[in-house]
Amino acid sequence: MKSYVIPEYIIERDPNRCIRCKVCVNQCSYETHCYDEEDDCMTSKSENCVNCQRCATFCPTNAITIKKNPNVYRNNANWTQEALIGIKKQAETGGVVLTGMGCDKPELTYWDRLLINASQVTNPSIDPLREPMELRTYIGSKPEKLDLDFNNGDMELKTKLSPQLTLETPIMFSAMSYGSVSLNVHKSLARAASEYGTYYNTGEGGLEKSLYKYSDHVIVQVASGRFGVHSEYLNAGAAVEIKIGQGAKPGIGGHLPGEKVSAEISKTRMIPMGTDALSPAPQHDIYSIEDLRQLIFALKEAVDYTKPVFVKIAAVHNAAAIASGIVRAGADAVVLDGIRGGTGAAPRITRDNVGIPIELALAAVDQRLREEGIRNKASVIAAGGIKSSGDVLKAIALGADACYIGTAALVALGCTVCQKCYTGKCPWGIATTDLWLTKRINPDIGAQRLKGLLRGWSLEIMEMMGGMGINAIESVRGNRLVLRGVGLTDTELKVLGVRAAGE
Amino acid sequence: MALEELIKESAGSLTIKNKVAKIDATGMYYRDLNTLLRQLDKNGIENIQVHNVCGQRYLGTDLKGNIKLDLYGTPGNDLGSFMKGVDITVHGNVQDACGNTMDNGKIVVHGRAGDLAGNSMRGGKIFIRDGAGYRVGIHMKEYMEKRPSIVIGGTAQDFLGEYMAGGVLAVLGIGMKQKVHDARFVGTGMHGGVIYIQGEVRHMGEEVAVRELDTDDYNILKPLVEEFCSYYDMDATKIMDGKFNKLIPVSSRPYGNLYAY
Amino acid sequence: MKNLSKVNNPHGDEKVFDACSIFGMMNLKGQRFSAKDPMRAIANMHDRGNGLGGGFSAYGIYPDYKDDYAFQIMYLSTDAKLETDRLLNEVFDIINDEEMPTQEAKVTDPPLMWRYFVQPKAAKLQGMSPDDYVMKIVTRINSETGKAFVFSSGKNMGVFKGVGFPEDVGEYFCLEDYKGYLWTVHGRFPTNTQGWWGGAHPFSMLDWTVVHNGEISSYGINKRYLEMFGYKCTMQTDTEVLAYAFDLLMRRQKLPIKAVTKILAPPLWSEIKTMKPQTQQAMSALRQTYGGLLMNGPFTIIVAHEGEMIGLTDRIKLRPLTAATKGDVLFLSSEEAAIRLISPELDTVWSPRGGEPVIGRLQTKKTVEAIA
Repeated sequence: MKSYVIPEYIIERDPNRCIRCKVCVNQCSYETHCYDEEDDCMTSKSENCVNCQRCATFCPTNAITIKKNPNVYRNNANWTQEALIGIKKQAETGGVVLTGMGCDKPELTYWDRLLINASQVTNPSIDPLREPMELRTYIGSKPEKLDLDFNNGDMELKTKLSPQLTLETPIMFSAMSYGSVSLNVHKSLARAASEYGTYYNTGEGGLEKSLYKYSDHVIVQVASGRFGVHSEYLNAGAAVEIKIGQGAKPGIGGHLPGEKVSAEISKTRMIPMGTDALSPAPQHDIYSIEDLRQLIFALKEAVDYTKPVFVKIAAVHNAAAIASGIVRAGADAVVLDGIRGGTGAAPRITRDNVGIPIELALAAVDQRLREEGIRNKASVIAAGGIKSSGDVLKAIALGADACYIGTAALVALGCTVCQKCYTGKCPWGIATTDLWLTKRINPDIGAQRLKGLLRGWSLEIMEMMGGMGINAIESVRGNRLVLRGVGLTDTELKVLGVRAAGE
Repeated sequence: MALEELIKESAGSLTIKNKVAKIDATGMYYRDLNTLLRQLDKNGIENIQVHNVCGQRYLGTDLKGNIKLDLYGTPGNDLGSFMKGVDITVHGNVQDACGNTMDNGKIVVHGRAGDLAGNSMRGGKIFIRDGAGYRVGIHMKEYMEKRPSIVIGGTAQDFLGEYMAGGVLAVLGIGMKQKVHDARFVGTGMHGGVIYIQGEVRHMGEEVAVRELDTDDYNILKPLVEEFCSYYDMDATKIMDGKFNKLIPVSSRPYGNLYAY
Repeated sequence: MKNLSKVNNPHGDEKVFDACSIFGMMNLKGQRFSAKDPMRAIANMHDRGNGLGGGFSAYGIYPDYKDDYAFQIMYLSTDAKLETDRLLNEVFDIINDEEMPTQEAKVTDPPLMWRYFVQPKAAKLQGMSPDDYVMKIVTRINSETGKAFVFSSGKNMGVFKGVGFPEDVGEYFCLEDYKGYLWTVHGRFPTNTQGWWGGAHPFSMLDWTVVHNGEISSYGINKRYLEMFGYKCTMQTDTEVLAYAFDLLMRRQKLPIKAVTKILAPPLWSEIKTMKPQTQQAMSALRQTYGGLLMNGPFTIIVAHEGEMIGLTDRIKLRPLTAATKGDVLFLSSEEAAIRLISPELDTVWSPRGGEPVIGRLQTKKTVEAIA
């Protein structure tokens, strides 16, 4: 049947600039641009364009402009462009509308309504360029108190500490499965994490053999599909993360469309090539909290208690109670992924309507764990659309020990958040397994870009901390007094545990 | 106020003999003491001794004349701050921020100094016989012939020469059993000036490098050490025989790659 | 439960800022002396305060009642006294009680000050340690009427504080008539102008007293960390978290002072890297476990309890502290001149390093432990 869906974007090519070099033809994986040999002219099929900006970025003469198609349906606050197109697509396919990346709806970001303090007069701000500023963070279970021995004035530790991860900056790379992103992306993430002094998460696609050498900086994930999970894999990481859910699609499992299940993916995940890799919604051996405890300790046994075990959940309505249960079940860290969390593929309806913002979940979980006197038993890691160092610092002030970044890392590599990851045609070579495209990411350059991101954010965090008169991240963590809210209701302020600006 | 009136008003705490003014500062509030010093200055007195100094602040700050000021006791914070041209000798220890933003003049201390000595100094000289505290010489500056110097006889504590933009800071390590300075973050943020230090530095800022002294350095350091020794009756040759290290900034724009434009 | 915060903090500031002068003087052989010298010393640092608060702690001042808990209570109304007396009689055997002696001095609106020498009623202890029992009662008195406040509740010691310059507060309480072996003093420069006597330092818990110069920028998390262990921060001054931290770490968790100072003012990671592997492990563990008690921001504190005086600054020494000894006496002061006023000749004078404590102990072999 003829599609009634109107194209979203229009390609405009400046004829005075275009030199018909055909770079755009080569770069576009959606076959938007073509060169007509006979007429020696360039044409574009605007209806294929997804606004990934690849052609515009690489055009040597800046001849290409991608515009929003001015041909839009009549303005309607209820029957929006998206609603109309969604219905037409479903009528045409009888299917679930897929999308990629994180929820893009307005009004769901609280970071931008939280403001940070600075010291004036009563307390000096500290100069991070000249005076020490400490971001070192340890992830893992902490004891309530320590037993120490003193031999000849030297302090000796008697308490045995649970295994910890050592982070030089409170930022780690979030789980993005091999399959949803390419091997070169994983190589870039692993190298950058290892060289900078932090960690990268394998996601649910397993750990490719060539990446085992980054062991000390890898967090291996055990998700519902249990892809690539074997004893060597578990011991290849510095920590093990049980994925119960993720912010982009709470309550449903991972989804790797058949287009992206290449030969390599088939090998690592142990599934037939070209089939959709749909992870089950729940982990089938976790139907209740005591089951989670059972799995946590199964994994701890499998690694002989040498690595911390995390549990990752999507931020949902009763996140605080669930987190409390997770901590009591023996997890060394709770990972909370908010509604803005990204994904390679998810039903758009779930991505945009299910789950809650990370800011609220994080504040509630931190407060709840403190009220129960168990906050020290597990670290809390926040994720879900963290887009700047300001967000990271605010997350720590709300109570997070560290943040996971996924989308931000991909953006550093070139991603423009066009939300077409599920097609497997990412022209930036990121969210694809097509070998022609994946070589567009050079792991050397990729690692450099990612380290640059970590460095830039870390420097900014140090500037803000210094501004507050604080020189150790421990003093920001959970310190709600460094934040104030603007444009928030009393209830929101109460949940966040933050005063209003001016108070 | 004329001198006779001043003496009368002082109720015995001020005497002037042979053009030397003697003040007994016991129990004197710093404002009153400084007012008195200003009055003496205005009356052309160039030689002032203050006895029983105990915590009075800002001594020597607003004196304009060519004055020699001898202080007996423990002056308070900000001794000689913003000072331009007075010659102060302290027979005792000084507290924090002595020579704060000093423009010219001299401070000679027969004892130790607290924190922030020579903070933002622009000219003049400070000599401390014993040791000093934190952040000595922080943000010292220089321009052309205006070049401040600080000489510390013993050792100093952390953040020595922080953010130095000019001037000369010398630490002699006298009396140290092991010539290793405990101070950390020495020269952090330094982008001008020079530190001469006798003994090993345990920990330095990233912007600093250690070098050997050359002839030019000796021509700067030797006269300073000789002047230092002249005040405390010490042997300059013995001190100059010891091994000095020179600390200088390695880049004049150390923060160039920190920003994304 | 009354909320005292509105009395002390009418503008609802998240905490009341303090900046000030502090002084400590201890005779290490236990010889007792009057407040005359400490008062002169703090008066010498007059310009560090603004007359809106001053206070003293004194140890060894009640030798006749040395085994009894000495409650020194401030009352803002006679009803509050009646109610509190009723409670005290219920839970304690009251050995003696009287109004605290005072004289005319330049202080603002002095409240009624009463002291009691008490012992917990044995029958009511029910397995609780006497210290914990006393702590519970103190918390109750402080929050119940809103007009009664316990200044100190330790044995053979007392806290005297109020609104006025510290030398005037000392005069008001006739402190020259008391003799103690350890005195700590505080002059306050608060940015809140309410004249509330309870807001001055020292802040105390049992026989722990803290005087504090500076501001704790990590207060928001220190408070929440302590709340997990049952402490309630109601005084809205950051000094409060220091007193509770000492109580938690030293009295309840029985950590030695050396470990405690490494928790409050830990060495930098760059310094830890240079230590012996064993020490590295211990120091890292302390920071990992007790990160919520790291006291960030500028501070100099003098903490005292029976037999010990401890001076400590923040790890990058943003506030001053001078230590000195003369014979059997250990001095701690914001400014050296204050010490010189009392003792023009000194045996030793030094500035402790940031984060390194100066500890004076009563009559033990090594009476002064410090890093010069």
